[in-house]
Amino acid sequence: MSADFLYGIEVIINGLMAGVLYALVALGFVLIFKASGIFNYAQGVMALFAALTLVGIMEGQVPFAHLLNAIFGTDIHHFGWEVPALLAIFLTVLVMVAFAWAVQHFVFRHLVGQEPIILFMATIGLAYFLEGVGDLMWGSDIKTIALGLPQGGSFWVEDMTASLGGDDFYGFFIDKLDMVATVVAIVLVISLIAFAQYTKQGRAMRAVADDHQAALSVGISLNYIWVLVWSLAGIVAMVAGIMWGAKSGVQFSLSLIALKALPVLMLGGFTSIPGAIVGGLIIGVGEKLFEYTIGAPFLGGATENWFAYMLALIFLVFRPQGLFGERIIERV
Amino acid sequence: MKMKTLAAMALAGAVASGPAVADLVIPDLSYRTGPYAAGGTPFSDGYQDYFNLLNARDGGIGGEPVRIVECETGYNTEKGVECYESTKGEGALIYQPLSTGITYQLIPKATADEIPIHTMGYGRTSAANGEVFNWVFNYPANYWDAASVAVNYLLDENGGDLNGKTIALVYHNSAYGKEPIRTLESLAEMHGFELSQLAVDHPGQEQKSQWLQIRRERPDYVLMWGWGVMNQVAVQEAANIGFPMENFIGNWWAGAEHDVTPAGDAANGYKSLNMNRVIDYPVLADIQSMVHDAGNAAGDGSHMGSVLYVRGMYAAMLAAEAIAKAQEIHGVADVTPAMVRDGMEALEITDARMGELGMEGIGPEFSVSCADHGGAGQGLVQQWNAADSTWVPLTDFISPDDAVIAPLVAEDSAAFAAESGITPGCL
Repeated sequence: MSADFLYGIEVIINGLMAGVLYALVALGFVLIFKASGIFNYAQGVMALFAALTLVGIMEGQVPFAHLLNAIFGTDIHHFGWEVPALLAIFLTVLVMVAFAWAVQHFVFRHLVGQEPIILFMATIGLAYFLEGVGDLMWGSDIKTIALGLPQGGSFWVEDMTASLGGDDFYGFFIDKLDMVATVVAIVLVISLIAFAQYTKQGRAMRAVADDHQAALSVGISLNYIWVLVWSLAGIVAMVAGIMWGAKSGVQFSLSLIALKALPVLMLGGFTSIPGAIVGGLIIGVGEKLFEYTIGAPFLGGATENWFAYMLALIFLVFRPQGLFGERIIERV
Repeated sequence: MKMKTLAAMALAGAVASGPAVADLVIPDLSYRTGPYAAGGTPFSDGYQDYFNLLNARDGGIGGEPVRIVECETGYNTEKGVECYESTKGEGALIYQPLSTGITYQLIPKATADEIPIHTMGYGRTSAANGEVFNWVFNYPANYWDAASVAVNYLLDENGGDLNGKTIALVYHNSAYGKEPIRTLESLAEMHGFELSQLAVDHPGQEQKSQWLQIRRERPDYVLMWGWGVMNQVAVQEAANIGFPMENFIGNWWAGAEHDVTPAGDAANGYKSLNMNRVIDYPVLADIQSMVHDAGNAAGDGSHMGSVLYVRGMYAAMLAAEAIAKAQEIHGVADVTPAMVRDGMEALEITDARMGELGMEGIGPEFSVSCADHGGAGQGLVQQWNAADSTWVPLTDFISPDDAVIAPLVAEDSAAFAAESGITPGCL
């Protein structure tokens, strides 16, 4: 087989892997939008905040150390201990649950019945607030996430596939971190679907997503469900933050990964978990393949960002609700 | 009576809150928040700490205390312009915008306001032509110098011959990232190497396509013009595909500690340019004892001695020396921005002077003139030692190829002069 063809397959495989990472971010948006109709602008910042909190806890960093030192003239930074990864993840989950409760209690409880645009604006405020709190709490330095996740290309895959082409083909490159992210995403999606299908809380969550009024009439607490949904979105954000943070270090640009999720949502629909996955895969493969075949050779490269949005727009023209979104039916 | 009391209080308040006339006001357009805070914070700490040292040790510059006015830009051009507008009225003597985007916006404004700008190793490269850019200085080096220094280093590594070699440029897809392309194209033509260009979109979190292309094309060397998260991801991706790190060279905005630490041991051997040598200077001990221990540090002290801290300190030293020169030229301690501009244009940095200041060898020797606002244009190559978490200088300061750079500067500055209606000349 020709090297160009094989490298095309390599691009598709890596596009699928990248798509999984995009889908991880998009999942958080879907969970909240489906249950409450809120487009959560703060989802990217939640990923950043969760990753910062995880690293901060693992390293035994004193939260708000800069602030405390400035006020009291002290010089404290760390407690002097390190927290094992699993315990730190558990504690981070607790922090995200507390955050979900606070968001519901202090913000959205007071905005029930408001227009979607008001709720969206509230999430914009929330994003900036959370970014500021994250900075104040953990500092702005870039942090290394020491979870022992594997990095680098898989030599095994490279060696096994090198013989498929000639001398100018070096075997398929697949990043081990991307493989882990794929497995984690699969487990996460199965868990979310199982939770929604087979648990009492999950069924209540689906009931709220289908019809708030009907859910209220059978005694389901909207407040409880929304805290639950924001907590789940926080956990998904933590997973996304870990995977993206492992690539680049945990830093404030992590919040910008939300930009990669938007075309995925436009394409897959805002209300479908499978839509987020399939949308992520289509965007991942589409943008990488376009860059490989047209972008880099003919357009000077760096086409991925705009191509992803263009692809999503094309889908929107033919299917405004997205591939898996709920059909919009308005009867007179 | 009541009105009189109120008026007196208002007057007293106005007097108390107004700028202290005798202070030397230095704005610090910092960015300690947002995606680029990891780079902005250490620079700003170093910049402010050096002025704090001068206040504590020497009572300021020429007996005049320095007053820092910090304004947070978030590395955002609009905010940077707002910072400029809100601080210039304080009597600002010199601006260090610390952003190419902000610099481009401030060039016409500062020129009209007659306040000098110092863009050290960034900004508009052709501002090196002081006859067109009277109020802008980019010594000791600029982006085009950096591109030439990198190629000269590679020439040295290859016995003076790059013929037939392939060099890939991975660059931030912005005005900043595109700056070296023209110079590298000229150098490629001159030295016979092939230049491959790979753009990375902002912010640079996702670079899989670019590094798969590098893996396919196997260039001999990769140069990088990156900033922010793009640097950390690029170093990690280079390690992922097994690219030899010793053949991967970033520019001086891609060579700080935080650019390599996220990749851990995999970053070992990565190289970058630097415009300032990073060693344990005696001045750092002075800053520790007279500024940090006295509780006057600009930050939390954790960045002391890092690449960007030292660069910020170096920038402050160059500003302080220009102010001192202005005081010497005009015979007054309380100088104006126009006088500081004169001081910058007459600046002469020698090894002896850097030694006196406790930072011997921090930068190259250079002098500034009306025609040349760019300085020596030299840079050194440093290499990351992951085991010790230190940057090791590999070379002394390397000169750029002026025969290539000078015509490009002349051409670009002439075009700017034509479109802006400027008649080149000295002030």
